[in-house]
Amino acid sequence: MTPPADNAKFLQIKDIVKDFGGYKAVNNVNLDIAKGEIFALLGSSGCGKTTLLRMLAGFETPTSGRIILNGQDLAGLPPYERPLNMMFQSYALFPHLTVWDNIAFGLKRDGLPAAQIGERVEAVLKLVQLGKFAKRKPHQLSGGQQQRVALARSLAKQPQLLLLDEPLGALDKKLREETQIELVNIIEQVGVTCVMVTHDQEEAMTMASRIAVMSEGRFLQVGSPGEIYETPATRFVADFIGNVNLMDGTVEVDEADHVIIGCQDCKHYVGHGITGTLGMPVSVALRPEKIALQREKPDSDFNAVVGTVQELSYFGSYTVYRLKLASGKQLSVSQANITRQRADQFTWGDQVWATWQPNSHVVLTQ
Amino acid sequence: MSIATPKSRAPGWWRGRTAVIGIPYLWLLAFFLAPFLIVLKYSVSRMGDVTVQDISAVTDGALTVVLKYANFIFILTDGLYFTAYMSSLKYAAVTTLCCLLIGYPFAYFMARAKASLQPTLLMLVMLPFWTSFLLRVYAWKGLLDEGGWVANLLTWLHVDQALLAMNVIEAQGKYMHTSFSLIVGMTYTYLPFMILPLYSNLSKLDLRLLEAAADLGATPWKAFWLITVPLSKAGIIAGSMLVFIPCVGEYVTPELLGGPQTLMIGRVIWDEFFSNNDPPMASAVAVILVLLIVVPLALFNKYQAEAQEARK
Repeated sequence: MTPPADNAKFLQIKDIVKDFGGYKAVNNVNLDIAKGEIFALLGSSGCGKTTLLRMLAGFETPTSGRIILNGQDLAGLPPYERPLNMMFQSYALFPHLTVWDNIAFGLKRDGLPAAQIGERVEAVLKLVQLGKFAKRKPHQLSGGQQQRVALARSLAKQPQLLLLDEPLGALDKKLREETQIELVNIIEQVGVTCVMVTHDQEEAMTMASRIAVMSEGRFLQVGSPGEIYETPATRFVADFIGNVNLMDGTVEVDEADHVIIGCQDCKHYVGHGITGTLGMPVSVALRPEKIALQREKPDSDFNAVVGTVQELSYFGSYTVYRLKLASGKQLSVSQANITRQRADQFTWGDQVWATWQPNSHVVLTQ
Repeated sequence: MSIATPKSRAPGWWRGRTAVIGIPYLWLLAFFLAPFLIVLKYSVSRMGDVTVQDISAVTDGALTVVLKYANFIFILTDGLYFTAYMSSLKYAAVTTLCCLLIGYPFAYFMARAKASLQPTLLMLVMLPFWTSFLLRVYAWKGLLDEGGWVANLLTWLHVDQALLAMNVIEAQGKYMHTSFSLIVGMTYTYLPFMILPLYSNLSKLDLRLLEAAADLGATPWKAFWLITVPLSKAGIIAGSMLVFIPCVGEYVTPELLGGPQTLMIGRVIWDEFFSNNDPPMASAVAVILVLLIVVPLALFNKYQAEAQEARK
């Protein structure tokens, strides 16, 4: 009998290492995933996220470490005996089989009676709204429809764990945005625990309840999308997720309730203590949307910098300004266009002051 | 002032593309269609004392065309020809099957071999072509004759019992001039023609499909039958045609390795031509042979094209 599963530790990844002839693609990774969670492994190509996913699916064998799903150690189980299913990046739909047969493929392998197979296929086809395409072959479908067939096929066996490899990677931008929400809705409707791999931070942020940012085979940070965005742990994470202004400086005042960090162009007043020492080199990360622009010099000497508008990109709902600072460095500032364009809008060559609040920055020590 | 005219393009039928396609077609026209028409003409000609008579003659301002169809009637009524056609089809089919059974796993593992090894394996498949086909078939004579080491090995392994039971050899330990030696020879000769199209097909197989099949619970064996084999259908068909078609009309191998039992249509044509000195009869046999192969092939191609069309 399998021991009663702990819902918070539905999937346990313990000390997993994958060594490809001296190169550690995955380097000592630990992770617990709760039941019903949508978890994203986020990183650029070659960071080891796909290797980790393939070890979960059973296509790669970990060099060391254990993977435990719902109390069951997956070691030694070939892919075809694992109680999980994967949606492949390229969908990997069987070109010679109809949509219906593609979805029924896994169910037939389980030796289910025909009537039950029929019911399940109809149910998932309905779930992905492809009922009338059942008789078509994959190449007769659009990219978005193929994606839904792939999803239906991986859900048909009602797996304990669903793996998504770059689920929307093959779709164009517009379709991707629509599909993100739809995909999450379907996964939540089914209630399956899900691990997805993506290099697209937007995709990870919209779809996942938690994200692990990976680089060089390690987890740099694991947290909710909000945590990762607002309180990145390292320079790499701050830079990888969204746009950020990174300024290097040193700690000049180190108090329990505030610190002051001196950078080349400005001084930062940070409204909370940090774990650091006086004189320590740190980086200050400042998101472009947390900066305000004004023409007049502000009263405070802190959290303000002057620059000239060098570039201006209008995106409709917001505008991104690139200011050239005295040191020659650039500062990105994005402003929501909450009113319609006015005559006094900042434009190229304007000298403007950028200001921000004491709680806007993140001080990074690594 | 002159108005610049756009450079006139060559007429549609004289572009580079047409020439590239056209030259092989001209070749086929000159060396395949024309000879076939000559054979067709022979098949309805009458035989004179020594030479074949013309089918048409002009006398007194009147053109008379005489088409003799008696040869065809004779072929259709005399059991000998029917037997020879059937045995040709049978041996060709068995050879195709043997080539497929040996060639498929071969091509499969070649396609799965390390990429750096594949050119070498491919060259080894083609290496036998460096020696004359005739010599290689002769070599089998030595190998299968009494005392030949393949013959000894087969006897030592008691394979001859099984072959005897299958009625492809006539006596224990005697392999030459039997159906067995014929099939061995033809399978050996035509194996590369099966392997090459299969290899080119199998090496294009998307291995992720096999991963997807495994992920959905298919054992490697099931995945092979349900994914690899159906997707290599085109390669199987191409290889089988390349083996089957020339095998039906095969003359040299049955002559060297076959026996009295293994009468094939190529032998009949030879006999009609050189022993009976009856070119019209030989031509008629050949025409029927071509029809026998071409008609099912054309039907098959039509079906394939329609299936392809239906997919669009």
